[in-house]
Amino acid sequence: MASFGRACLALGLTLAAFGALASVYGARRGRSDWIAAGRRSVYALAMVLTAAFAVLEAAFIRTDLSYKVVAGHSSTTTPLFYRMAAPWSSQEGSLLLWVWLLSIWSSLALLGTRRRLAAVAPYATAVLLGFAAFFAALDLFLANPFAIQSPAPAEGAGLEPLLQHASMMIHPPMLYSGYTLFTIPFAFAIGALITGRLDAEWIRSIRRFALLAWLCLGVGILLGARWSWTELGWGGYWAWDPVENAALMPWLTGTAFIHSVMIQEKRGMLRVWNVSLILGTGILAILGTFLVRSGILQSIHAFGGSTLGKPFLVFIGLLLVASVALVSARLPELRSRARLESLVSRESVFLLNNFALLALCFVIFWGTFFPLISEAATGSKSSVGPPWFDRYTVPLAIVLVLLSGLGPLMTWRRASLANARRNVLWPLAAAAFGVLVIELLSAAGQKPLALALFGAAVFVAAAVVQEFARGASARRTAAGVSWPVALIGLVRRNRRRYGGYLVHLGVAVMLVGVAASSTFQHIRDVRLTPGQTAQIGGYDIRYLRPSSSVEPGKVSIGAVVDIAKAGRHVVTLRPTRSYYPTLDPTLGAVSRYFNGNAETQVGLRAGVTRDIWGAISPDLQPLQPMISQADRDFGNASPRLLGLLVSAIAARYQAAPPAALFRVIVSPLVEWIWIGGTIGALGALIAMWPARALALVRIRRSVALRSPRPVPQA
Amino acid sequence: MEGILFIATVLLVGWFVTAPVRGRQRGLADDADVIALRADRDAKLRELRDAELDFATGKLTREDYELLDGTLRSEAAQLLRRLDTKEGQTA
Repeated sequence: MASFGRACLALGLTLAAFGALASVYGARRGRSDWIAAGRRSVYALAMVLTAAFAVLEAAFIRTDLSYKVVAGHSSTTTPLFYRMAAPWSSQEGSLLLWVWLLSIWSSLALLGTRRRLAAVAPYATAVLLGFAAFFAALDLFLANPFAIQSPAPAEGAGLEPLLQHASMMIHPPMLYSGYTLFTIPFAFAIGALITGRLDAEWIRSIRRFALLAWLCLGVGILLGARWSWTELGWGGYWAWDPVENAALMPWLTGTAFIHSVMIQEKRGMLRVWNVSLILGTGILAILGTFLVRSGILQSIHAFGGSTLGKPFLVFIGLLLVASVALVSARLPELRSRARLESLVSRESVFLLNNFALLALCFVIFWGTFFPLISEAATGSKSSVGPPWFDRYTVPLAIVLVLLSGLGPLMTWRRASLANARRNVLWPLAAAAFGVLVIELLSAAGQKPLALALFGAAVFVAAAVVQEFARGASARRTAAGVSWPVALIGLVRRNRRRYGGYLVHLGVAVMLVGVAASSTFQHIRDVRLTPGQTAQIGGYDIRYLRPSSSVEPGKVSIGAVVDIAKAGRHVVTLRPTRSYYPTLDPTLGAVSRYFNGNAETQVGLRAGVTRDIWGAISPDLQPLQPMISQADRDFGNASPRLLGLLVSAIAARYQAAPPAALFRVIVSPLVEWIWIGGTIGALGALIAMWPARALALVRIRRSVALRSPRPVPQA
Repeated sequence: MEGILFIATVLLVGWFVTAPVRGRQRGLADDADVIALRADRDAKLRELRDAELDFATGKLTREDYELLDGTLRSEAAQLLRRLDTKEGQTA
């Protein structure tokens, strides 16, 4: 079926080219038949790429080693669950996933706008198909996932052990969904600029896709952080790695867009800003993909030594030039119809939030590309580390959290100072009280930035609670219902507003987790032999005994560690390091089991107050003579005998264990990062859930009939 | 087998994509001004609703609310009049 898969990819490229041309031709000649053909090309593209992806997925599930990509990224011993996720562990498969997801999201966007935006949509279709053509061409000519080898090898290289984690099933598709979904507002913005239809309609039509992109990218980033915490074995969830940063940048500018676009919708303001923001976000999304594909910057995520760098650079350059040219050409029509009426308004808070988000994005961009900038300027490559990022990002994060609390308390257009003061009074008092309590009960007073962030987070939480309480109270009075019914009714009738407030709360909670865990965590690397004890953060770590196991395609060596506090048992951790055999022919038959890829299985006790995290690096050096002897004596042994030898070596380790290196971390409030993320995701889902069109009918009627003002209801 | 499957796919896709061109539909259906006005009207109505909620939840004083509501209602009425005129011209 490989030929069929590749033919589908080629057909997809043809469809993308035809559809783009048909859309532009139809738009320029006013021919709705050609425009419809262009739109149908997108639907057809989704169909053929679904078929192509299904062929690849089936090859991985069957472990068809005649596919080069399967032999390179899977094996007969790779479990089914990971085989299903293995297509996107490869360069070829992940590019196919990218273009497939793009075709699916583009189809949904065009289906949703088929009766609207008749002028803008054809150009948006052409842009989306242009993206699809670029990625399909890369896959077809430079990274073919359907390349075949004959004869097929007896065994594959296996899936990179670090990728054998449950979140890998969802993390890359979520990230790619975020990236590809951001191309939809990008494409419609280009369409709006080409046609000069720069009113609020295009923004209204794509708002939900921008929100979905933001949500998917955010969830993808968070899943990546969780993977890093529970799988990577270095003991962190964020390392300011270029690829992590590349995902964060469009998320930040996307956040700015989601806020400032509301000002355009309501006031017709910031049209240049909004169109530039979404064009920038779209380009950053492609830049993120480029960083992973090109291997231009050192990253644990990057597919190094790739040939895709140049085409990506040309493509990004083209997008940049086209975006700047179009915005410049339309500048006179993009002028705002209204002005900011007051500094004490939600608009001004949103503007400040935009500046802070863009400043954050700029800092991350500079830090990420510093190795290239320094190389260009001085000839030598140097990079900046987490302390550099923290110096700039932490103060900006505090400002952002404060603004996310202030925004919900402000009204649109203007508010009297007295009323604004009254609205912020209770949240400010709560923040001051919170800071006092934290100062008294913890060591946070010695870390002013962390304390400021905690205070800002309490301010946000109090502001959000106040908003929900006031809204529910007003609705309860107006409708005469109970508190829970009033609360549900309030959220149902004002999904965007209260969903958004929940997102603010979630982000504040998440940042509390980040601040607490990064500022107050205890970390210790210690070498222990069985029976020895070490102390960390008030806990006693006791290495009880070693452990080992041999499974098909994997040898695991670990430890059983007792964690106690003040003499009382807290938890038993079982950190393990697993070794996967390599196909490297320069190694002996038994050495291959111990010198291939290895991964850490973290011992983790997660809790709402703190996580206790442990990883082990066993010392295999004392086993080396035994392994070398086995290589010499049993070079041509059967797989069954090799299995027995490996089991014997593992048993030897367990019988006479050498000292092992442990990394133990006691990190407070890490769980709140994931809890905050979940609250934020829930809020985003509520905000994007379609509201009933009828909700505006009452207001519309009252305006149309000039009836007396209705009694305001929540 | 693969060849037949692919030819069938090409035929199906070709038939599906070119159907509108074979049907010879013409012309673009929308009126940009009407659509823009409708979007503005909906945004304005939403703004009115938000102002109501801000007043009901105590974020706006009565004076602020009456001033804002008056401005928004007059802007909304103006938009509705312009929309009526445009829709009348289109019909």
